[in-house]
Amino acid sequence: MTQESEKQEFNITVYTENQIGLLNRIAIIFTRRKINIDSLNTSPSEIDKIHRFNIVINESEDVVRKLTRQIEKQVEVLKCYYHTNADVIWQEMALYKVSTDVIAEKVSVERLLRENGARAVVIRKDYTVFETTGHREETDNLISILQPYGLIEFVRSARVAIIKDSDGFNRKLREFERLEPGEDVIENEYLNQGQKVFTM
Amino acid sequence: MEAIQEVLTEEKPTETGIEVSGSVALLEALIVEGVDTIFGYPGGAIMPIYDALFDYNDKLNHILVRHEQGGIHAGQGYARTSGKCGVVFATSGPGATNLVTGLADAQIDSTPLVCITGQVFAHLLGTDAFQETDVINITTPVTKWNYQITDATEIPEVIAKAFYIAKSGRPGPVLIDITKNAQIQLFNYKGYTPCSHIRSYRPKPIVRPQYIEQAAALINEAKKPFILFGQGVILGSAEQEFKAFVEKSGIPAAWTVLGAGAIPTDHPLNVGMLGMHGNYGPNVLTNECDVLIAIGMRFDDRVTGRLDKYAKQAKVVHLDIDPAEIDKNVKSTVPVWGDCKETLPLLTALVDEKQHTEWLAKFNDYTRQEVEQVIEKELNPTTAEMTMGEVIKQLNEITKGEAVIVTDVGQHQMVACRYAQFNNTRSNVTSGGLGTMGFALPAAIGAKFGAQDRTVVAIIGDGGFQMTCQELGTIMQSGIDVKIIILNNRFLGMVRQWQELFNSRRYSFVDIQSPDFVALAAAYRIPGKTIDNRADLPSALSEMLNNKGSFLLEVMVTKENNVFPMVPQGCSVSEIRLK
Repeated sequence: MTQESEKQEFNITVYTENQIGLLNRIAIIFTRRKINIDSLNTSPSEIDKIHRFNIVINESEDVVRKLTRQIEKQVEVLKCYYHTNADVIWQEMALYKVSTDVIAEKVSVERLLRENGARAVVIRKDYTVFETTGHREETDNLISILQPYGLIEFVRSARVAIIKDSDGFNRKLREFERLEPGEDVIENEYLNQGQKVFTM
Repeated sequence: MEAIQEVLTEEKPTETGIEVSGSVALLEALIVEGVDTIFGYPGGAIMPIYDALFDYNDKLNHILVRHEQGGIHAGQGYARTSGKCGVVFATSGPGATNLVTGLADAQIDSTPLVCITGQVFAHLLGTDAFQETDVINITTPVTKWNYQITDATEIPEVIAKAFYIAKSGRPGPVLIDITKNAQIQLFNYKGYTPCSHIRSYRPKPIVRPQYIEQAAALINEAKKPFILFGQGVILGSAEQEFKAFVEKSGIPAAWTVLGAGAIPTDHPLNVGMLGMHGNYGPNVLTNECDVLIAIGMRFDDRVTGRLDKYAKQAKVVHLDIDPAEIDKNVKSTVPVWGDCKETLPLLTALVDEKQHTEWLAKFNDYTRQEVEQVIEKELNPTTAEMTMGEVIKQLNEITKGEAVIVTDVGQHQMVACRYAQFNNTRSNVTSGGLGTMGFALPAAIGAKFGAQDRTVVAIIGDGGFQMTCQELGTIMQSGIDVKIIILNNRFLGMVRQWQELFNSRRYSFVDIQSPDFVALAAAYRIPGKTIDNRADLPSALSEMLNNKGSFLLEVMVTKENNVFPMVPQGCSVSEIRLK
């Protein structure tokens, strides 16, 4: 493990109820401390009415731990975890719009696209849209490859990340639903150190 | 209307329901929650609620304030003395934005409040309508929870959540914004059920016996243990449990400003106040103790001074209900998460009965030095002009420590907290975390409504008084009995003190002129008196306290007096200065 005070990328996973204004409540926990959010994804989770946030920031573990506690303190937040990049499997999706003529004429482009795992989503007379999914450097790499051939437009999604050691949230949620939850729900990082899922 | 109310105020929901407006449903909810007093100010967007309130006059005592900031500070004062939730009404736009200072104050000082603001019609949201402002987003950073109601059917459930969230766990302010259409809208009301569970909200961490055991083991081995206690003891109504713990363990205990009064000031194990203007011994010995036991306090920077030189030699046991406070500022050796009303008795059971005579004597040594060099001069001055300290000492002698003391912010606040005697809990009402000048006068009004059988004395500086003196109008109209002492040093004293000590006496804009305070009070039909002679102090204080109803006493004190001891900013607590 790196030093607690050393900055690195952290993936923060938040399970919440779906409520207007909660995004702001979570965002201001970062902005108040002048911490930039590098990537933010929010979408419904596998459980009905529960949303999952994936937030990426570059900070020290010491700071991230305090942030997760502030996030978990919010009324509509069920649970907040943080993980290093090594503890998650993550992907970002990117879309590239390129002139169809260029691709049709230049065989090399077609090969490069195939080598980079790109897949055509839309093919029109005037342009073609390719999609690729991967780590930041992979999607970045394809930009530099397509740039000489007249990349018209590019967009990349926020990061989504799966926690390697997680047992999922279903069981935990059932505990949450109970009026008198067991100890697992209100976890204590001191107890969980060394266990599979490290959480606060 | 009478007949409907009879039906409605039953706590159990009726099966068939009854058609009422959102406004009536709101007021019914307040009654079931046990609300008796509301501090508020009407306006366009909250008119339907005020119209309904007209018929609830006998059940809900609405106090018309003079400014919404006064209203929310009154709500805070009420919550602090009564232990109940303060309730505040304000209209949309400027009414709501005027609440912001009070919300921030309540948030940082963990005061339970439910604020109801009116809002423009739902169809006008986002159109820059008259008196429309984005209250939810403005107040998000300064509320524990907030919510906008746009449909009357939401009212019973949301208000129930609001009270539950405000009061449970670590308390805090909640704001509910209700659009005008929801206030007017008729719906089938089936009664009000208080909330006791929200699936995503865990107000109390589960108590872990293994940490209690570890904490007890540390405490039992300690040679020089030291307790720091804060408002958590009071908010958790754990004063008895705390006293039992202190007395069995025999450990000296010092308090934060908001913890004052959790055990009586004259308790033999109460060694005094912590922090920037706290007592000498508690500050110096923080850096000498071997086990530091922090109970319901959050290691504010005004308490810790320089963090990297704070209690580094000590093992830290931290008891707090809010997991986010553990390790936030000071790394704990043993975290005891939980409500201290539950954790303290468990800990008391495991600690050895002890007396730390030698260690306690160290505190007393420092007290002796502090008395010689600071306290004696402050309480028994030989100067011609009066000091703030002697006013507090004289007040103690008359009230015998039974009064509720409400203070504003600045030098008088530190002096009052240092020297006031508190026999009872919920007796010290002050703006601790936010340091809101102008807090005291309206908070004192609320404090009196929250503790009507107690004497409430507001101690205010000449600067702070002028920030919210419009609330004299509230005192006049409500007839509430608040004793007001203005300690007038003709300066913004605390800023002046810093300018003297750290800015080479460059007194930049601290020379403040005041109106004739007694004449101002008289304009509001409040009797008053001003004194500048020591000989008049006892009789003037007695006159004030014996007066039926409110009274304003202005005491002229030394212009350039400094509050000592002092831990200068950026210094360690052990570098505390006596002069």
